[in-house]
Amino acid sequence: MPVIRTNLNVRSEAFLKNSENMQSLVDDVRDKMQRIAQGGGKEKQEKHLSRGKLLPRERIRVLLDVGSPFLELSQFAAYGMYNNEVPSAGIITGIGRVSGQECVIVVNDATVKGGTYYPETVKKHLRAQEIALQNHLPCIYLVDSGGANLPQQAEVFPDKEHFGRIFYNQATLSSMGITQIAVVMGSCTAGGAYVPAMADESIIVREQGTIFLGGPPLVKAATGEVVSAEELGGADVHCKTSGVTDYYAVDDNHALSLARNITGHINKQKQVKWKIKKPIDPLYPANELYGVIPTDAKKQFDIREVIARIIDGSEFDEFKSLYGTTLVCGFARIMGYPVGIIANNGILFSESALKGTHFIQLCCQRNIPLVFLQNITGFMIGKKYENTGIAKNGAKMVTAVACAKVPKFTIIIGGSFGAGNYGMCGRAFNPRFLWMWPNARISVMGGEQAANVLAQVKKDNMARKGQSWTAEEERNFKAPVETLYEEQGHPYYASARLWDDGIIDPADSRQVLASALSVSLNAPDEKTDFGIFRM
Amino acid sequence: MVDAKNIQYKQITRILIANRGEIACRIIRSAQKMGIQCIAIYSDADQEALHVKLADEAWRAGASPAKDSYLDTEKIIDIAKRSHSDAIHPGYGFLSENSEFAALCKINNIRFIGPSEYSIKSMGSKSKAKAIMSQASVPLVPGYHGSDQTEEKLVEEAGNTGFPLLIKASSGGGGKGMRIVENINQFVSALSSCKREALNAFNNDDVLLEKYLVQPRHIEIQIFIDHYGNAVHLFERDCSVQRRHQKVIEEAPAPGIPDEIRNKMGLAAIEAARAIDYHGAGTVEFLYDHSGSFYFMEMNTRLQVEHPVTEMITGIDLVEWQIMVASGLPLPCLQDDLTISGHAFEARIYAENPANDFLPVSGKINYLSFPVTSQHVRIDSGITSGDSIGVFYDPMIAKLIVHDENRHAALSRLRGALTQIHVGGITTNIEFLHQLASNESFINACVDTHFIQNHEEELFSHDTNLTDEILVAAGLISILTDSINDNDTSQDLFSPWNDISGWRLNEDNYHTIKLSHNNVDYPIVAHFRAIGFLFEIDGKEYQAKGEINGNKIHIEIEGHQSVINFYQHNDEVELFRNASSWKFKTNKDPLILLNNQEPKNLTAPMPGTIVDVLVNTGEQVTEGQALIVMEAMKMEHTITAHKNTIVLEVLYDIGDLVEEGQELITFEGEE
Repeated sequence: MPVIRTNLNVRSEAFLKNSENMQSLVDDVRDKMQRIAQGGGKEKQEKHLSRGKLLPRERIRVLLDVGSPFLELSQFAAYGMYNNEVPSAGIITGIGRVSGQECVIVVNDATVKGGTYYPETVKKHLRAQEIALQNHLPCIYLVDSGGANLPQQAEVFPDKEHFGRIFYNQATLSSMGITQIAVVMGSCTAGGAYVPAMADESIIVREQGTIFLGGPPLVKAATGEVVSAEELGGADVHCKTSGVTDYYAVDDNHALSLARNITGHINKQKQVKWKIKKPIDPLYPANELYGVIPTDAKKQFDIREVIARIIDGSEFDEFKSLYGTTLVCGFARIMGYPVGIIANNGILFSESALKGTHFIQLCCQRNIPLVFLQNITGFMIGKKYENTGIAKNGAKMVTAVACAKVPKFTIIIGGSFGAGNYGMCGRAFNPRFLWMWPNARISVMGGEQAANVLAQVKKDNMARKGQSWTAEEERNFKAPVETLYEEQGHPYYASARLWDDGIIDPADSRQVLASALSVSLNAPDEKTDFGIFRM
Repeated sequence: MVDAKNIQYKQITRILIANRGEIACRIIRSAQKMGIQCIAIYSDADQEALHVKLADEAWRAGASPAKDSYLDTEKIIDIAKRSHSDAIHPGYGFLSENSEFAALCKINNIRFIGPSEYSIKSMGSKSKAKAIMSQASVPLVPGYHGSDQTEEKLVEEAGNTGFPLLIKASSGGGGKGMRIVENINQFVSALSSCKREALNAFNNDDVLLEKYLVQPRHIEIQIFIDHYGNAVHLFERDCSVQRRHQKVIEEAPAPGIPDEIRNKMGLAAIEAARAIDYHGAGTVEFLYDHSGSFYFMEMNTRLQVEHPVTEMITGIDLVEWQIMVASGLPLPCLQDDLTISGHAFEARIYAENPANDFLPVSGKINYLSFPVTSQHVRIDSGITSGDSIGVFYDPMIAKLIVHDENRHAALSRLRGALTQIHVGGITTNIEFLHQLASNESFINACVDTHFIQNHEEELFSHDTNLTDEILVAAGLISILTDSINDNDTSQDLFSPWNDISGWRLNEDNYHTIKLSHNNVDYPIVAHFRAIGFLFEIDGKEYQAKGEINGNKIHIEIEGHQSVINFYQHNDEVELFRNASSWKFKTNKDPLILLNNQEPKNLTAPMPGTIVDVLVNTGEQVTEGQALIVMEAMKMEHTITAHKNTIVLEVLYDIGDLVEEGQELITFEGEE
């Protein structure tokens, strides 16, 4: 296989500057993550521990197989929202190995607002279930939550993609044979009671877990009956009398060990239909990726330098390398898994779109998963391009991406603007996973372009009224637009709102992609049927 | 030499081996080498034993207790007939010194590979043996071996013999029914307790008195006599190092014995044997004191456990010779043809706890690994990995025999080989043997029969020498093996999920390992690093990585590389290094029995036989009161009440066999 030869000069000033810049972005992510991992803070954590409970991240550690990776999802959910008081949206989700089986793990963090559900909590929980659905992963819910956050009820209760959807998903996932396991390690009140009640198998921790539709205060208010939480819905009640739970655990460790046992009996085996080869490291170290990406987003760089640092042996069989050169397509392997890579190397032209469409067809026919490396300002505009049908050619690529049923994975490594986002498998196009690098930006168009468009419209209006605009007035008009776009296009803003599955260190791209590729093997293959391609 | 025409050769084609364990295996090896078919017998407990597998045929002899199988003479004779065996080799122990069995063989026209009924009988009673020896002018320890067993007579004879003296049961052995008496005042009470013990153990309370030698050595002579009057001695073995009156390490030749005395002892041994019309292999045991005097102790009319050291220094296969003599062949060589070559040691590896008075332990051997054998290193064992050291037979695991040009070289080999014997799952004396072999006095051959007692301080280290390095290694093994166990089994062969990097997105990660050793917890935190781990133990940090290859882990801790042997079984991991071993529990998955959190009733602390029940149903018992007596590994254990309560039911009777953990007695109010 042909090997990508690097043209990167790792001693150049530009490389060092780029590296330094990316390093500071990565450091910032890790710093923020460290704080996020503290959940509700020291005090809340100590209180939690004093009850004999394990902290949520420790629960995950105990639950997972020793040394198992954990592909955490949406770490920055609710970041910068609610005065930053709801880190990770009060819920930890991710994928890890339990008894040799990859599972989706959903863990309430009771140290954050009692584990209550904010809108982003619901969204994150639902996204984890969606990943379970798409990849046929068993779900393990470590429940420790007070249910819906009451002040937020309008944003968490009534709508289709709100709280109720969690239970709809549990029922439908179970109906598909996707195992649902609940471990009750704290309260499961009201709606929350349905998590264990709707699980295939459920475990409850004595003197910690409680399940009831109405808690003691509600019962007293409604009927005057005075009852303790334990009598109303503790482990003894539910394991011995009501049958709401199946396994009785004496503490968190025991409960997690029971969950491991249950997972060990799921009796599913991955059906590997791809030709897998022994992984080979890329020829160039992953951390050189830091130096590839220019600090100035407008500067062009060769996307092959990125590809070379992600794929096995940097071996890349490029498709139509001389045609539609702003889109790089080719076959490669990531940790042994076959992939078709589609990566931007400039603005999309008709030729690039047609090439991309052709390549997607190839991959779908051959059952090769697709990896999109997104760095796109959009499709080319202007008279020549519109007249030669860039819209219909772009549409072909969008159709192909939308209909492709092979697993799709997207990493936004730079800009994600406009229709380019669609053609390159943005969130709306159901990639199995979508991640952002910390330098990435996402918006309908670039901040500068948006400011220019708005300024142009305003200038035209003023001109019609015979008014004029000083350069300074124009600058003052544009600045807030640019600032807004910069803020809202930032990965922290995007991730906070679950527009992606997480911000990743560029050097982790290979690990993250390979983990996701392996995970996708849990689901059966689906046949692709393309819609009408406008010719 | 014997004239060829006088030889009455009657070939042996099929030998029944009326024994088990290492000696059965060892006999099979020699017999098969000679082209002889071997018929093994086995008890229920030994169905899968090595000797059964090595033999050409194996027959079930009966239930596990020796009396129902390996000691059941009728049944063994019956098997010998049915299997068309023309000879029986009794090994050592069991029926090897049973004169009636030798007679029974003869009646049934089966050759008994050993001396005649008469010879065995003559040596069977110690006093009778001494009387014969005395007549044959073999030197005896001053004492009294008479039949007048009245107290007055014994007191008088004790006075004649002088103190300190030894009271011994006439039909005793193995240290049972033996007392050392320092002065006349202690004599009467020691006598009565000795008689009581002898009566219980041997059904005969006759005793003999002997002068007690202060720094004696136990030196024994191996002899061989054929049916044509040829007799040789194969030199001596020094078996001075003993614990509980049983041998621990034996060597040949005995260090520091002048040739002249060696010859004198050899001739005396042959005289002793001739006096009882002996043929075959035998051992005459002498007490040897520093002045060079030696006194006849007893004669063992069988092959000895420690015979391999003689084989190593003479190059002779003693079992082969036994079979030849039994076939009516003359000895292949005479005294002048025999020389001593080099020096040999034998160390007996036992399942026992040296720190607990060498009490035997029982249990399953989950892992067993021996050094590579060579002309210098020999292992005689009947145990394989997965076997149990049971309650029924002796707890020997193996004999390690080494040989080299001289004592120092052989001893060095002994130490080296001991570090390469790894027994997992059960406590052994390996570390103790290594200490012994490293002891300066032992190295300088300053040995006598009190060696272990006199060097207690040096030999028994109570230090577990559990270093951080061992903890790190145990931690590494725990992580590495756990993750192997959890691997996916699909065709997703190179899955990053098989990785044990503990990878986290945008975070560092660690793993807490809960190790316990001797019921002490050692919490260890292993921080995942790009390469290997950073271990945190009690505030100290160690950079470490490891790679497992079978039962070895190659570890690198802070730049120091080494290989440690280990085995892992469920949540148990045991590490072996330099003859020491450390057994850890990894407490991975808490095994919680909800309905029976704590055993409220009394359970058997070990597998064994109920020998006495001291309480009845409904009886009020007080804390500490003896309730049941069990026998396990030939030792009695009394089980006492854990509190004041009332007996609801006694679940077993005298003679019942119980497994470890089985409930023995239930109490009121607790079900």
